[in-house]
Amino acid sequence: MKTYDIVIIGGGSGGLAAAQAASDPNLDVLLLEKDAMLGGILNQCIHNGFGLHRYQTELTGPEYAQRAIEELRDCNVEIKMKTTLYHMEKKQDYLITYINQAEGEITIRAKAIIATTGSYERTRGAIGLPGSRPKGVLNAGVAQRYLNIEGYMVGKNIFILGSGDIGLIMARRMRLEGANVLGVAEIMPHPSGLTRNVVQCLHDFDIPLYLSHTITDIKGTDQLESITISEMDYTFNPIKDSEKTFEVDALLLSVGLIPDITTFNGLSFLKDERTNGAVVDQHFETSLEGLFIAGNALHIHDLVDWVSEESEKAGLAAKAYIHKRQGKKKCLVEVLGNQHINYVLPQTLDINNTLKDVTLSFRVKEKYDRAMLYLKQGEKTIIKKKARFLVPAEMERLSLPENIELQKDQPLELIVEVIPS
Amino acid sequence: MKKEMICIVCPVGCHLEIDDDLKVTGNQCKRGEVYAKEEVTNPTRVLTTTVAIKSDITRRLSVKSEKPIPKEKLFEAMAILNRVWKEAPVDLHEIIVENIADTKVNILSTRRISK
Ligand SMILES: Cc1cc2nc3c(=O)[nH]c(=O)nc-3n(C[C@H](O)[C@H](O)[C@H](O)COP(=O)(O)OP(=O)(O)OC[C@H]3O[C@@H](n4cnc5c(N)ncnc54)[C@H](O)[C@@H]3O)c2cc1C
Ligand code: SF4
Repeated sequence: MKTYDIVIIGGGSGGLAAAQAASDPNLDVLLLEKDAMLGGILNQCIHNGFGLHRYQTELTGPEYAQRAIEELRDCNVEIKMKTTLYHMEKKQDYLITYINQAEGEITIRAKAIIATTGSYERTRGAIGLPGSRPKGVLNAGVAQRYLNIEGYMVGKNIFILGSGDIGLIMARRMRLEGANVLGVAEIMPHPSGLTRNVVQCLHDFDIPLYLSHTITDIKGTDQLESITISEMDYTFNPIKDSEKTFEVDALLLSVGLIPDITTFNGLSFLKDERTNGAVVDQHFETSLEGLFIAGNALHIHDLVDWVSEESEKAGLAAKAYIHKRQGKKKCLVEVLGNQHINYVLPQTLDINNTLKDVTLSFRVKEKYDRAMLYLKQGEKTIIKKKARFLVPAEMERLSLPENIELQKDQPLELIVEVIPS
Repeated sequence: MKKEMICIVCPVGCHLEIDDDLKVTGNQCKRGEVYAKEEVTNPTRVLTTTVAIKSDITRRLSVKSEKPIPKEKLFEAMAILNRVWKEAPVDLHEIIVENIADTKVNILSTRRISK
């Protein structure tokens, strides 16, 4: 059985950055990608708006992917394309089984794993949509792939449920390709995507946005025929006589992404129910020694730049793990968020390992125009700063001071204190 | 007549109003005024879309306008691009259509497709 030092699973922006950082002339590093091309979801995100932080210029998704692929070119990394991981278990090392056409089914051994398998879209079942189940109801990301890679339109008269960025981007994209986009419905009273996308994808094309609305009926026996939306009251119950019906042949769902770690179900590591991903430390290592997770497989990112940065750190940490840290004991300090925070990452900090260059990522629960941010351990305040325009759609970041010293057995607390306006 | 819009230059997202004499209100800073005037007098957008390609790995080649083009030319540009048919290999930033819809802006490929 062939043994590798580090195996990276998934060659999207996360896997590409992780592989580059983990590569080393003296290590055997392998990258597995199930698709025929590297770059992951970026290949279908043909719009602009990527790379402002990492490359200080505005790129389309494919251009960003191309840069990341080129950066990996001269690295000592073996790449297997059209190769799917489908089973993994942990003995002394990790045993990985993958399949591809050339080799069939192969099991290899790895000392460390970096999982950068991305995310999957929440489906109709997950949000309990009512009505019949005809053809024509599909996820926005799937429709995006059909249109931008396979080259066909999923319908002529379209409605979109969910005002996340994917839904907004697809509204514009379908409109430009000649479809009628009859509207976008959002159950919350505010759009969940970026304002820029609301303006440039909806307002630009006079596509109506129905806030506080959701779908209350779907009709069609074989093919989708119509959908009905209703306005919701503040308890999320439909308001009587507020129904509007639209004749459509496609309904796109943009109702959220979930970290895809289903192929790692055979491994037992701690999970975080708020992110639907794993619990990690500052080096993106899970509670299973040698298993690192980064990118959308860890938590959902709105900016690819941070996927790359995070995955790079995971790659460096995996390399350091192979070189010197295997078997060393950890001393974990928990990181907690207060009631205004949806989640904070990493959820733990290993104070036996370096705390240099650590950034906390978090999302708030609601929109706060003004707030104070505190990072505390017990009575000690480590960071205190003002923050403006915190919104759930945008991940916030907070860098820890270089010389931070932490006590063991006491959690670190991230506090958002809302300043009323 | 007054026109309303949301400023997208920064995350504050001011609600702007601009009248026929190009007087802007609602902005919290100068950039909002510039944005509103630009949006009323000469709104432009970068167009990103795809064209057909014969290749082993994909059926669409992603493209963009090298610079923003006038908003009212977007659909005309789309109609032209819908008739384009490329064959691999295509290099990154290869010119796919020159001077699209008389805008003096070229359409470039946004990826390399080798086969
Ligand atoms: C529609 C959409 C629009 C976006 N718009 C923007 C934007 O405008 N600006 C911005 O900065 N960010 C944007 N993002 C966010 C950003 O692009 C993503 O968060 C980022 O690209 C995710 O990278 P990733 O590597 O974690 O996942 P992915 O790109 O999903 O990569 C995961 C890879 O793993 C592979 N894989 C999965 N399972 C297996 C397996 N079992 N075996 C082998 N391989 C496997 C997949 O094939 C895929 O290539 C957008 C995201 C989406 C979905
Ligand atoms: S007007 Fe100024 S402060 Fe207001 S959104 Fe525009 S750039 Fe931001």
